[in-house]
Amino acid sequence: MEFLGLYHYWVFVVLLMIGFYAVVAKVNLIKKLIGLSIFQSAVFLLYITMSKVSGGTAPIFSEQISGVLYSNPLPQVLILTAIVVGISTTALGLGIVVRIKEEYGSIEEHEIQEIDRQ
Amino acid sequence: MTGLADHLPVLQVVVPLLVAPLVALLHPRGLAWAAATVASVASFLLAVRMAAGVLAGQVFRYALGGWPAPYGIALEVDAFSALLLLILTGASTMALAAGRASLDRQIEPHRQPLFFSAWLLALAGMAGILVSADAFNIFVFMEISSLASYVLVAGGPDRRALPAVFRYLIMGTVGATFYLIGVGLIYMMTGTLNLADMELRIHEVAEQRPILVAAGFITIGLALKAALFPLHVWLPNAYTYAPHAVSVFLAACATKVSLYVLLRFDFVVFQGNLAGHDAQFAAFLMPLAVLAILVGSGVALFESNIKRLLAYSSVAQIGYIVLGASLVSVPGLSAGLLHMFNHALSKGALFLAVMCLSTRLDGLTLQDLAGAARRMPWTLAALVVAGLSLIGVPGTAGFVSKWYLMTAAAQEGLLGWLLVAVIVLGSLMAVVYVWRIIEAAWFKDAPAGEHAGVARGEAPLGMLVLTWLAALLNVWFGLVTQVPRELATNAAGILLRHLP
Repeated sequence: MEFLGLYHYWVFVVLLMIGFYAVVAKVNLIKKLIGLSIFQSAVFLLYITMSKVSGGTAPIFSEQISGVLYSNPLPQVLILTAIVVGISTTALGLGIVVRIKEEYGSIEEHEIQEIDRQ
Repeated sequence: MTGLADHLPVLQVVVPLLVAPLVALLHPRGLAWAAATVASVASFLLAVRMAAGVLAGQVFRYALGGWPAPYGIALEVDAFSALLLLILTGASTMALAAGRASLDRQIEPHRQPLFFSAWLLALAGMAGILVSADAFNIFVFMEISSLASYVLVAGGPDRRALPAVFRYLIMGTVGATFYLIGVGLIYMMTGTLNLADMELRIHEVAEQRPILVAAGFITIGLALKAALFPLHVWLPNAYTYAPHAVSVFLAACATKVSLYVLLRFDFVVFQGNLAGHDAQFAAFLMPLAVLAILVGSGVALFESNIKRLLAYSSVAQIGYIVLGASLVSVPGLSAGLLHMFNHALSKGALFLAVMCLSTRLDGLTLQDLAGAARRMPWTLAALVVAGLSLIGVPGTAGFVSKWYLMTAAAQEGLLGWLLVAVIVLGSLMAVVYVWRIIEAAWFKDAPAGEHAGVARGEAPLGMLVLTWLAALLNVWFGLVTQVPRELATNAAGILLRHLP
């Protein structure tokens, strides 16, 4: 049962490895960036799951309500920042890929290396 | 909270960060460069002011927005941060001030405002890493500085910079994400992001697996960003094909800022709390450091492009710094930190000399360099002085830190003497690869059938004067070692406060 109880961590690990595999093994630069995005998203999920408290609700403080369990809002705020960082990285990466395509006429890593060697 | 003096740590970030968007709007020729240089000089003065305060025994603390730590984001500048801030702002100022003519040639005029804006963002990001005492804040600043440095490296006219920068982006992001995973796991176990608070609270959960995994992720992620062998593959091409002024800036400080976070995390947060962490740290990093020294220097022996040669030499120098840290002793660590400062001086001066050469030569291979000393004696004399410092000849800055490093290593018994042998071997290889540059420039004849492109006299005067200033600083800090040594020793004391 422990395996199922920790399923959200398994989702994190599996996604992380899928992303990492794509980053390492793919030669197409766009596919590498897709891998990088999956890799980063996995980490976002790690942060989001850790903030969840069973039975917890949105942390809106009010004098009238008492004895309510709240989820931890901080990791969500952190990951909002990390998502922005992830988007900027992907955007910049895609921008570089466009420039590479303009200069080399290819976005396959081995072809670019071939051209550089000449 | 009165007076400017209380706000020094935050000003270190705010000044370049606020000037950056303004610079992007300054289109008249040369104005963007001037504004960026002024902001960089201001940062340097702030760093000098804080280094003076730290040497007088002060620690600068700042609570952002008035929220007290550990709830708010805290900034803290101690001896370690002050030392690195001096390196960072000094390198940026020298590279900008000396690099005007070179950048004018390499960056198209209409893109210059945005380029200098990215430069200031890189400066602000790295300064932010150094002043921050909050693990997540460090991640954000790390990404600001990385994104900006990708833009800087890709800004030049050489198309080979593009694949290099793509690789840099992939590996840099993977490294930063590893760090983020580590921070997340620690937050999960301790509920805090403040480094000082983490240091206290991690004790209760120290033996649990997430903390050990976090230590692994953080160390590997930051070693990747610091280009520690064998994770250095992004570095040589990125430094080689970057605009020459950017090479000066990044070679002097970029990897050292990541090493700063690595050392701070491993020594302050983990060392006192995880059983046997120092032994693991040493056993993991020492072999890598030794390999970095030998392989980095070995590859540099056979490189024919000067910038690539110097970049591989940087891989070796990171090895020396990490070797000092992996001794896990105050003398060893302070020697490593001192080497950070001295390597920034010597490598900065060397890349400045290369920038001078690039204004007058067509290419930067050893063949292009043949006979250049006849036409550019001053540039190449500065290159010789900086090269001697890189080798570690007595009377230069490089000698001081290598000497301390060898003394510290020799205290470790038989293993220590093997490390001394490695340092000597690395230095001998440095003699050879620096000699190859000197031989080509001073003792080879210029190629026959002289074409118009070959050396047309000395580099622009301003660039030459600043290159000589950097070269002379190498001699100055080789003779008057007090300030950097005191900062490095204090920093090592702070980092190793858990050492029994």
